[in-house]
Amino acid sequence: MRFEVKIEVLPREGIANPEGSTIERTLPALGFETAGDVRVGKVIRLQVEADSTDTARAIVEDMCDRFLCNPVIEDAIVEVLTA
Amino acid sequence: MAPEDASVHRVLGLSDEEYETIHGLLGRHPNHLELAMYSVMWSEHCSYKSSKIHLKRLPTEAPWVLVGPGENAGVIDVGDGIAVAIRIESHNHPSAIEPYQGAATGVGGILRDIFTMGARPIAVMDPLRFGPLDDPRSRWIAEGVISGVSGYGNSVGVPTVGGEIVFDETYRGNPLVNVLAMGVLPVERLVLGRASGVGNLAVLLGASTGRDGIGGVSVLASAGFDEASQNADKRPSVQVGDPFEEKRLLEACLELLDEGLVTGIQDLGGAGITCATSETASRGGAGMDVDVSAIHSREEGMEPFELMTSESQERMLAIVEPESLDRVLQISSRWEISASVIGRVTGDGQLRILDGFDGEVLAELPASTLHDDAPEYERPLSPPENLIERRSLDASSGPVDCAADLLVLLRDPAWVYSQYDHQLFLNTVVGPGSDGALLRLRDPRTGHETGRALGMSTDGNHRWCHVDPRQGTAMVVAEAVMNIACVGAEPMAVVNCLNFGNPEHPEVMWQLSEAVDGMSEACRAFNAPVVGGNVSLYNETNAVDIAPTPVVGVIGMHPKLSNPPPGMTVSPDLTLVLVGQQPNEDVSMAGSRWAWEIGGCKDGTLPEFDLLQTVRTAAYVTEIVQRNQVEAVHDVGEGGLAVALAEMAVHSGVGMHISGFDGHRALFNESGGRVIVALNRTDLESFLKETSNRGVPAQTIGNTGGPSLVLGSTINLSIDDLTRAARDELPQALGQGTVSG
Amino acid sequence: MSRRVGVIRFPGTNCEFDTVDAINELGGEAKVVWHGDSDLGDVDAIVIPGGFAHGDYLRCGAIARFSPIMDAVSTFARNGGPVLGICNGFQVLTEAGLLPGALQKNAGLKFLCRMEQIQFASTANVVGLGASVGDLLNIPINHFEGNYVCAKETLKQLEEENRIVFRYTDNPNGSIGDIAGISNKRGNVVGMMPHPERATSMLLGSNDGSSLLQSLLSTERAPSTNENVASTHDERI
Repeated sequence: MRFEVKIEVLPREGIANPEGSTIERTLPALGFETAGDVRVGKVIRLQVEADSTDTARAIVEDMCDRFLCNPVIEDAIVEVLTA
Repeated sequence: MAPEDASVHRVLGLSDEEYETIHGLLGRHPNHLELAMYSVMWSEHCSYKSSKIHLKRLPTEAPWVLVGPGENAGVIDVGDGIAVAIRIESHNHPSAIEPYQGAATGVGGILRDIFTMGARPIAVMDPLRFGPLDDPRSRWIAEGVISGVSGYGNSVGVPTVGGEIVFDETYRGNPLVNVLAMGVLPVERLVLGRASGVGNLAVLLGASTGRDGIGGVSVLASAGFDEASQNADKRPSVQVGDPFEEKRLLEACLELLDEGLVTGIQDLGGAGITCATSETASRGGAGMDVDVSAIHSREEGMEPFELMTSESQERMLAIVEPESLDRVLQISSRWEISASVIGRVTGDGQLRILDGFDGEVLAELPASTLHDDAPEYERPLSPPENLIERRSLDASSGPVDCAADLLVLLRDPAWVYSQYDHQLFLNTVVGPGSDGALLRLRDPRTGHETGRALGMSTDGNHRWCHVDPRQGTAMVVAEAVMNIACVGAEPMAVVNCLNFGNPEHPEVMWQLSEAVDGMSEACRAFNAPVVGGNVSLYNETNAVDIAPTPVVGVIGMHPKLSNPPPGMTVSPDLTLVLVGQQPNEDVSMAGSRWAWEIGGCKDGTLPEFDLLQTVRTAAYVTEIVQRNQVEAVHDVGEGGLAVALAEMAVHSGVGMHISGFDGHRALFNESGGRVIVALNRTDLESFLKETSNRGVPAQTIGNTGGPSLVLGSTINLSIDDLTRAARDELPQALGQGTVSG
Repeated sequence: MSRRVGVIRFPGTNCEFDTVDAINELGGEAKVVWHGDSDLGDVDAIVIPGGFAHGDYLRCGAIARFSPIMDAVSTFARNGGPVLGICNGFQVLTEAGLLPGALQKNAGLKFLCRMEQIQFASTANVVGLGASVGDLLNIPINHFEGNYVCAKETLKQLEEENRIVFRYTDNPNGSIGDIAGISNKRGNVVGMMPHPERATSMLLGSNDGSSLLQSLLSTERAPSTNENVASTHDERI
C-alpha cells in the first residue's frame, strides 16, 4: 500500500530558534499580544510503500533518524495521513 | 481570418500594424503558436522596438572591444590573452511582485548571460532603488530584494562586490532592481550564440520547462480567451530561482566549453526557447527544426505555445556536433543536469516547430523574422511643456539646519553588503562600501596573478536626470569613471541599464533620447565605448512615470597593483585638498539630495558641468592612486562635500577641521567632477604645483584630527554621532523583520 | 610534512579553487577531489571547503554527508589524518558525526560576510602549530548558518578536553560560548566557520589565515589508533 506521510521537523526543546524568537518579538507589535512559544520548523510530505500504517511509520522514522532531521537540534513528528 | 481570431493578436500585445507585417512576412495568416512566438519576440522587452533608434547613437567601438551590443554580453580584450565579459540587466517588474524571487532570478539571468560567452562569472554588482523607507511596502520590497540577491548570489557562488541603494518617492510601487555581472575568459574560448553546421544538434540543458513566466500568451490556454484573460488562475505563478541548479549548470557549461564541445551556446531568458532557437539560428544564418515533444517539462499536458514561450529559469541551449553528443550527455549527467536534444540545425533559414522530428509541423517561419524584422518605432518625443518654468526654480531655499541635515543624509550601506559574499575567488582588493570595487585580475587558464586589477562601479542619479536628463546622464557616467579612478583604474567600457517610464508618453521618449545623447558625449570624452545594455520601459505606477534613471556600469584597468589603493581612511594630521571642479558661491542646488529630500524642490538648473576638466581630473586621480602618492582619496557624490567628508571621518574614526565652506550651498551642492584627497603636509606644495601644471584645479580645505567633524562655523558633530546616524538607519528600518504592506 | 592536500568538491561547493590556490601559494600541492569518487588518492591532508554543497537543501551538509567520498574521509580521519572543514566543510563534518554539535541560522537571521576577529583557545590541533593560546587573528566569516549549538554536556566536554580551537572576540552569530571552531579529541579534525583561505594576502586585507593553512601542511599524521572517532555522545559513528 502507498501511504502519504507528513513529517514535522521542529527545533528540539531548549534549542534556540532564532526564526521563532523573531516572529515572537514581532507579534505584539501587530497587536497579537497573547501568542508565545513560537517555533519555526519545516514540513516534509512524502509517499511510502508499506504493508501497514505501522511499517510506514517505522520506515519514515528511520528516515528521520538517519537523514531528514538532525537529532542534535531537531525533533521529528511523523504522521501517517492516508492509507 | 476567422472572426473569433480577429483580436487574438491584440490580446497578445501585437498591434494591428504588427499583425499585418507578420501576415506580409509569412505570406499567410499566422496560426496561434506562430502568433505567440512573434508576440514574445516583438515585445518591448525582447525587441527594444521603442529605444533601438536612439541606442544607435551610442559609441560602441574601440580596438579592445571584441563583442559589442547585441550579443548576450559585451566582451573586451584586457591583454595577456584574457577577455572580460560584462552585462547589466533589470528585473524591476518581477521584483515589485515577489521581491525575493524577482531579485534572485535577476541574478540568475545575468549570470547565464556571462557564462554563455564562455566566461566564468567572477563578480556581481547590484544597483537597487526602492520607495521611501517610511513606506512599509517599500521596506518589504527592499528587504526581500536584498535577501534575494544574497540568497541566490551567495549560493551560486559569485561575489557581489558593489552596487547602490537608493530610496525615493519616485520608486514607490516600482522598484528598480538592476544587476550587473562580469566574468573572465581566455580570449580563444569566446563563444557566440550562433547555430551553424547543418545537422548539428540543439541540446536543452538544465531545469525542466514549466508554465512559469508565460505571461501574456497564457490567454491562448483557453478556447474562449475573452474569459481567460480575466481568469487569474490561468496566469503562471512567479518564477522561482534555484541557485543550486544554476551552479551545476554553470559548471557543466564551462566544462563543455573547456573541452570544445559546443559550437554555439545561448541562455534562455525572455521568450524562452523561441528566443534561443530563433536567435542562434538567425545569427548563424541557419534554420532549425525544434521538436517540442523532446523538451523535458515539469508539468503534464503543456501545450506547444507554453513550451515555446516559457521563461523557466536555469536553462541553456547548446549547439553541438552529433559526434560530441555522448560526451555532452556524460558531463551533464556528472553535474546532475538534464539534457535533451530538442533541435537540429537546418540550412534553409526556417524555424520549424514539430511534434516529433518526423511529426506534424506546428509552426514554420523564417527564423530571422522573429529577430531582425521586429518593428522599430520612432515614437513621438517632446520636452515637458513647463520645462523653462521648471528650470527657473531656485532649489536652494528651504529650512536649513546644516548639522541636522548632514545626519539625515548620511547612510552606511554595510548592513546591505554584509549580507553578500563579496570575497569569493580571492580577488576583492576593494569591495563594497567604497568608491569603486577593485578586483585582482588573474589568468583564467592558470589562476596566476597578472599584477593588474579591474576597477568597477555602477552609478545612477534620478535627481540629476530628472532636472536635466542630458547633462544628468553625462554626470552619472563621469561619477562612475571617477569612482574607479579613486581605486586607480582607467575606464575601458561602459554598460547601461536605461530605466524609464512609459514610452508612449512623449516626455519619457524625450528623456530617453536626451539621456542617450548625454551618455554618448561622456563615453566619447572618456574613450569608454558602450558594449552592452538593457532598456526597461513602462516603469510607472498609476500612470505616473518614474524619474528617468539611466544606470551605468563602468569597467576599467589598474595596470600595476602591488598594494591596496589608499581608500578613504585617513589618519590624524593630514591635509585635505579638494581636487577638480571648484563651484562658485552661488552654485545651483538643483538635483541635489539636499534639495529633494530636505529643501523640497525637485527642479531648477543643474550646476555647470565641465566634462573635459572632469576627464583631466579623473586621469590625474587615477595616476596618483596608482602611484600610491596620497594617503586617502574619496569621490564627492550624492550629498555633496559635507557627506563625502563625513563618510571619510566615520570610516576612519578620525575628525576633521574644514574652513571656507559655510552654509548649505557650499556643503551640500552636487557639482560633478570633484575628489577629496588627503596627504601629508610635507607633500602639499609639490602636489599643488603638479595639479596646476596638469590643469586640474585644487584647493586646500582643511586637515584631519580631533574627535569631531568641524565644517566652518556651520557644523560641529562628534564622530560618534555621525557614526550612529550613518550605521543605524538601515538596520533599524529594514532589519527588524518587515511586514508585507 | 603534509604537502599533498585533497580539497573535496561537492556539487554546490564554491571555495574549492580558492582553497587550492591558497594552499599552493604556501608551497603545498592541492588537488580537487570529486565527491562521487570513493578514493582520496595519495593525500596527506584533507580540506572540506566552503560553499553550498547540494544547495544546502534540507540542512547544510545533510546531503553531502552521504556522498561516496565521505566514507574515505571518515576512515582517513579515524586513522589520524589531518582534516580541516571550513564553513560549509565544518557543517559537513558535524552532519557526518566527525565533530559534535550543529550549526544553525545566525541569531540575526541574516547572512554575514565580513572580517571578524577570532582568538586561539587551543593550539593542540592541526591548525595550531606555531600559535599560542590567546593569539588574535583577523579572518573573514561568510555564512548564514554559523551559530554553533551543542548540548550542555558536550560544551563542558569540549572545554575540558581543550577542543575549542577559536572563539570570536565579538560574537557575530550567537554561537554558544562564542565558538568559531572546534576539534575532535585527537586534534586531527578541525572545523571552523571563518575562512582562512580568504586571509592569505595583504591585498585582501589580512594574511592571518596563512599560518593556519601552513600548520595544516606541516602537521604529521597523528599515530593510528583504534580509538573510536565518536568521542562525545552526540558525535555519530
